[in-house]
Amino acid sequence: MEDMNSLIDWSRLQFALTAIYHWLFVPLTLGLSVIVAVMETIYVRTKSEKWLACTKFWMTLFGINFAIGVASGLILEFEFGTNWSNYSWFVGDIFGAPLAIEGIFAFFIEATFVAVMFFGWGKVSKGFHLTATWLTAFGASLSALWILVANAWMQYPVGMEFDPEQMRNVMDNFWDLFSGVAINKFFHAVFSGWALAGVFVIGVSCWFLYKKRNVEFALRSIKTGGWVGLIGMALTMWTGDGSAVEVARHQPMKLAAMEGLYHGQKGQSLVGFGIVNPDKNWDDAEAEYLFKFDIPNGLSILARHDYEAFVPGIADIINGVDINENGDTINTVSYAERIERGKMAQQALRDYDAALKDGNEAEMAEAKQRLEQDYPFFGYGYFDTVEEAIPPVGLTFTMFRIMVILGSYFLLFIIVALIIAYKKSGALTKSKMLQWIAMLSVPFMWLCSQAGWAVAEVGRQPWTVQDLLPTKAAISSVSTSSVIVTFWMFAAVFTALLIAEVSIMVKTTSRESKKNLDPVNPQVS
Amino acid sequence: MTLEYLQNYWWVIVSVLGGILVFLLFVQGGQTMLLGAANEKEKLLIVNSIGRKWELTFTTLVLFGGALFASFPLFYSTSFGGAYWLWICILFSFILQAVSYEYRDKPGNVFGRKTYDTFLFINGSVGCLLLGVAVAMFFFGAEFSVDRQLLTDVRQPVISHWAHTHGFEAIFNWQNLLLGVAVLFLARTLACMYMINNIDNDELVAKLRAKCLTNAGIFLVFFLWFMAMLWTATGQVVVDASTTQLVVEEEDFKYFHNMTRGWWIGMTFLIGVILVLFSIYRACFVKGSRNAVWFGGIGTALTVISLFWAAGFMDTPFYPSIIDPSSSLSIRNASSSEFTLVAMTYVSIGVPFVLAYIAYVWRKMDSKKLTISELEETSHKY
Repeated sequence: MEDMNSLIDWSRLQFALTAIYHWLFVPLTLGLSVIVAVMETIYVRTKSEKWLACTKFWMTLFGINFAIGVASGLILEFEFGTNWSNYSWFVGDIFGAPLAIEGIFAFFIEATFVAVMFFGWGKVSKGFHLTATWLTAFGASLSALWILVANAWMQYPVGMEFDPEQMRNVMDNFWDLFSGVAINKFFHAVFSGWALAGVFVIGVSCWFLYKKRNVEFALRSIKTGGWVGLIGMALTMWTGDGSAVEVARHQPMKLAAMEGLYHGQKGQSLVGFGIVNPDKNWDDAEAEYLFKFDIPNGLSILARHDYEAFVPGIADIINGVDINENGDTINTVSYAERIERGKMAQQALRDYDAALKDGNEAEMAEAKQRLEQDYPFFGYGYFDTVEEAIPPVGLTFTMFRIMVILGSYFLLFIIVALIIAYKKSGALTKSKMLQWIAMLSVPFMWLCSQAGWAVAEVGRQPWTVQDLLPTKAAISSVSTSSVIVTFWMFAAVFTALLIAEVSIMVKTTSRESKKNLDPVNPQVS
Repeated sequence: MTLEYLQNYWWVIVSVLGGILVFLLFVQGGQTMLLGAANEKEKLLIVNSIGRKWELTFTTLVLFGGALFASFPLFYSTSFGGAYWLWICILFSFILQAVSYEYRDKPGNVFGRKTYDTFLFINGSVGCLLLGVAVAMFFFGAEFSVDRQLLTDVRQPVISHWAHTHGFEAIFNWQNLLLGVAVLFLARTLACMYMINNIDNDELVAKLRAKCLTNAGIFLVFFLWFMAMLWTATGQVVVDASTTQLVVEEEDFKYFHNMTRGWWIGMTFLIGVILVLFSIYRACFVKGSRNAVWFGGIGTALTVISLFWAAGFMDTPFYPSIIDPSSSLSIRNASSSEFTLVAMTYVSIGVPFVLAYIAYVWRKMDSKKLTISELEETSHKY
């Protein structure tokens, strides 16, 4: 059992490592592809060489980033098989479809047209090239749609039923996959990519200003990147609000972990900033926070769009206590009961299988009925204690705050950058402090973006499929030592490639900045 | 559409994707020639010729995996989770490939051009070899068992179990390696044909024709050896697929029988092989001929498709277990549900459109052959 836990932990760690690296590159691909497409559109409309120079410069950085995003993405898809083989069987009938559709439609659009983007200059018409650039951006977002539909389904499994004969879930409604959770998640992730790319373009352009190279090019880039980033950030916040409502509805335990909330109340406040007590257990009287700063009624508004709504905490959920819209205290299914019913569902499945082998149809029907009754809690049957069903509270709480605080900062950052970029006084070109702030802000945008995914994924632990399959039942039967070796293999190669990517980006930017990127009005120093 | 029909349809789709993937491995084949290039100009032409197609091969591999996941999830679950090291080594080599083209010639790439060229060589050689090994397991089997009942075993709920070597036993199986070596030299042969078609440089093209002959010769030796092993092998035949555990029996010369009794499999194989041989003849012996790659490509795809059909049709388990035959995977017991296969069948209607725009863009981009002068003028090159 100890070895099994170790295998689960290393498998989780390997998947987390791959996902973290993948998400370093993907949001920049999502956003920068749109910014490049906007720049090229302006070039085609205006026929101005300065916009062509702008397009080509950012396209070069896009290409450097694109390659490594593709590399890390490949591993993610196949890790569902290599490290989560039980998962692949248990829900492969539903989960495999979006991945295949992603491959058929999105990946081939990207793979085909990205080649035109890079090598098509002079080989195809300007219109065709522009179409290829937009199709690359579209392909990247389409790819995100399918993988996020798949991810959302793990968090809110719908559109399927359990087939006891096959011992797996099978799809019964394809369109259910496009749930509110999926739609919010898709737009939230894609628009956050726009925001990240906007901040990246502003930061890199401010380095040009700092070096006093290609000033007009830099201002042009800040304005284009800034607008895309601003739209992205505003829509990220809007869809983030939608996501919070969906989480409150379908994953209340995750929401409680995001808040470090153990005992909820009506008109629940939101912790603006604070530190959760690491010694706190769900069933003791320890204080929930070491310190905190509250926003009154904030969580009720965030989760239920209702000033006075009740939001349950971790202990409430475990005890099965909630308060409905009318203010009545109601009993939901407690976690102790869920574990019991999960075990009953698994026993019913065993009975069904035995009856099937005996050809006893009456017993099959009876077992199936019991199974259907308790199947919503099937995954809880793998637990012995309720503690196993609680996500890591401290990490989820902290990551949520990092995401929200940095996200708010970046909304302000982009607005300010845009305003001063348009000012005729040239404040941005003169102020070293503003340029430094912009440059130093860039890595924090990545932190913000990673924190968002950490909230989504750590907060849903221990589930791979909400309520149905915990990580401990989703793994492959490989040896722990194998996974440890491959973890370090991937860690080494991804780190090495990340270093190479950043180094190439820096060198390329430095080299290109010395060229004349303002052909109409040369200002190279 | 019945479930059986859909299972057959999706095995055809998977076979076609497998066929296209093996054709596109010419990119990997070309990568293995980089380190041996006579000079920098040759290397530049080779890397920029094949490099403009690497994403298509990569994407086809991803789609091949995705299609198997969607249509035959029990295979995905059993093979990837079991033959762990085999698949990890394949994937690892493709990670190295994905960045190497873009980074090899960029300033500040940290590790130097030679490292990235070595990465491309590793992907080209190891990738082809191990993909061949993975496909050979469709015939020669693997050491695994599947028991769905284990899902409810709280202490060990994993349904499929594999030999403790987790894929190494497959990599070091000489029968599997036969196909691996054949795939590697086929990829090198096709790479020669592709570059003869794509590059406008008489000196290099002449060298490629000579290289094509050597590689084709080695390929044919290993391919014929593999086919001899395959046709004389004892295979499994499914006698009852009505339950999740198959009832199978052994049959001598099973795959030979599949190609003779299933005349359409045999015909497809024969046409494929003839086209490959014809393409080798054109590439090596017909001066001025540049279109051999199309015959070779179609021939390769048809041959691979027929091999997949021989593996999966005619009541044959396409993934035989050599330690527990009842755990073998067939297209009947490993497939997705009828609902999912129907949904995916609608999706597959989009495939011809995808192929059409790929062909259109390929034609448009390759209408002018690659020259050194083009590479000297372009702002973006590998």
